[in-house]
Amino acid sequence: MLTDLHKHLLNDFQRDFPLVERPYLEIANQLGVSEDAVLSALTELRDSQLISRVGPIIPPNQIGASMLVAMAVPESELQRAADIISHYPEVNHNYERENRFNLWFVAVASTAEQLARVLDAIESETGYKTQRLPLLNDFHIDLGFRLDLTHA
Amino acid sequence: MLDARDFQLLTEIQSGLPISPRPYHDIGLALGMSEAEVIERLAVLRQTGLIKRLGVIVKHRQLGYRANAMIVWNIPDAQVKTLGDRISRSSFVTLCYQRPRTSEWPYNLYCMIHGKDRGTVLAQLDQLSAECGLQAFDREILFSRRCFKQRGALYRPVAPAPSAEFAHG
Repeated sequence: MLTDLHKHLLNDFQRDFPLVERPYLEIANQLGVSEDAVLSALTELRDSQLISRVGPIIPPNQIGASMLVAMAVPESELQRAADIISHYPEVNHNYERENRFNLWFVAVASTAEQLARVLDAIESETGYKTQRLPLLNDFHIDLGFRLDLTHA
Repeated sequence: MLDARDFQLLTEIQSGLPISPRPYHDIGLALGMSEAEVIERLAVLRQTGLIKRLGVIVKHRQLGYRANAMIVWNIPDAQVKTLGDRISRSSFVTLCYQRPRTSEWPYNLYCMIHGKDRGTVLAQLDQLSAECGLQAFDREILFSRRCFKQRGALYRPVAPAPSAEFAHG
């Protein structure tokens, strides 16, 4: 059950996080609650997996090489291939999607060469070819995601 | 643009700021930086776009947003930038990228729409197509099914930063 404080924290602080010595106190003051209440509520949101973190979105390829990869895998083989891929620490997203290309994942590494080696290893271990789809242009300015929490 | 200390700082905070009274002080301790330097560097990184956004990162799937569509279009190269910029201005689009085509995948413009149900997402896509004049282009809608893995990107530092082990975010 989400409290009003949880809902404010989820929706109103996705961007422009305060860059002051006590940012959580600043948020607390804005919401008219104590700093401890904010710290506890954010910890609860994190522990219950409703937020992944309080932190930065770093554009792809700023501090390493990043790649979106697509694979077409027979349905009966999908779980096996997905498990192999998820096992790689370089892989951070791995989704099944409704398409002939039904497995989509993102891999990151420190350098483009390292990333290519990881993807080569994934190809040989799964037995399926990768479509490598690097980012050419990012058009979107990330302002966060407005959640409808009416019934949450 | 990005010096070694910025790099160390980004590496240190990529899996999240501490949820503690003085998070920037705590990060500074780990890196041998003063609290003031941490704050100043983050301000510059945010200003220059090396940090796109700093704040609460929600897990939309866990919050009821389970209809998540990746839409891909095949757009003539000359029009990609104009249309990408236009798509990005839509309030319900959360990502919009240009990527190269491959011999097996002819699409070069990608966007994501997250919604609570398929109908809403498809209605938003129709609205987006009409507003941006996208009806004529070949496209595919790829709703997500299973999520096998999702976490923030974790980069391992390369020179000039020293190597370090990370906790997973």
